[in-house]
Amino acid sequence: MSFDDWILALHLLSAFAYVAGMIVFWVLIVAVRRTDTPDGTIRMAPVVKVGTIGTAVGAVGTIVFGLWLTFSVGGYRIWDFWIIAALVLWAIAGWLGGRTGKAYMEGMTKAQELDAAGQTGPNAELLALNRTQNGLLLHTASSIALLLLLIDMIWKPGA
Amino acid sequence: MTSLLAMPRPDSWNFPLFIHVLGAMILVGGTLTTASALIFARGDVRLLRIGYWSLLLVGLPGYLLMRIGAQWIYSKEGLEDAPIEEAWTGIGFAVADAGALLLLIALILGGIGVRRLSSGKGTGLLKGTMVISVLLLAAYVVAIWAMSAKPA
Repeated sequence: MSFDDWILALHLLSAFAYVAGMIVFWVLIVAVRRTDTPDGTIRMAPVVKVGTIGTAVGAVGTIVFGLWLTFSVGGYRIWDFWIIAALVLWAIAGWLGGRTGKAYMEGMTKAQELDAAGQTGPNAELLALNRTQNGLLLHTASSIALLLLLIDMIWKPGA
Repeated sequence: MTSLLAMPRPDSWNFPLFIHVLGAMILVGGTLTTASALIFARGDVRLLRIGYWSLLLVGLPGYLLMRIGAQWIYSKEGLEDAPIEEAWTGIGFAVADAGALLLLIALILGGIGVRRLSSGKGTGLLKGTMVISVLLLAAYVVAIWAMSAKPA
């Protein structure tokens, strides 16, 4: 196995970590839509952390190892259409993902405030924050960008 | 080897490969959700349920997509009747087939466990599902490495 083979494996493992993190968030988004208590919301925090680590490690790994492969592997050029498309989609997915995180953290922050104030019962405002339509749309858009990125990586248009 | 990395494949292989990879990614995501929800549940019924249903509704469909895509691309390459000679193919099939059995056991254990949660029992069975999920995740990492690096 060559060094580039290892880099390719790390690139793909990063891609899997990225998508796995996104799926963790999808499950949490569905689960949190029925959560109206501070305790129920806060209990999801460790799983949120798993999703965050997956997407962060995955996003950094895909771009670092992907760029390495672009410059190292014969036949690939940074200005190839599919590589430029991949870079643009990666940036869009990351930007949307960051905004999704901010949208859903409003619910978590509210839950922590309620918990600190000793309010443990159901809260309509918390439920509304957990059901953020903006967050749902942003995560959907981010997932579509990642799906297009996978399609781009497999079909390699213009290669 | 470098030239092999850049080697184009026939266009007709792309869609089965896409199904295979997408399914595998969904499978890994579902299994990761299950493992983390069950690990951090610490008796919390809601997280235990989230963990189990993630495996059933995300992990299992992901597995089916991955396995269908794998068989499809294998037949496209004309390898169905050939003996498995490459190590990476062997690892892939071993993880997929043994993984299917483990996934099934995890789903059965978890299913019984989730049913018993309403009577205050079942957490032990769901711990079994958690352990299997962690084992599956480790096996998937090896399979992804083998599928991508393709060791001889």
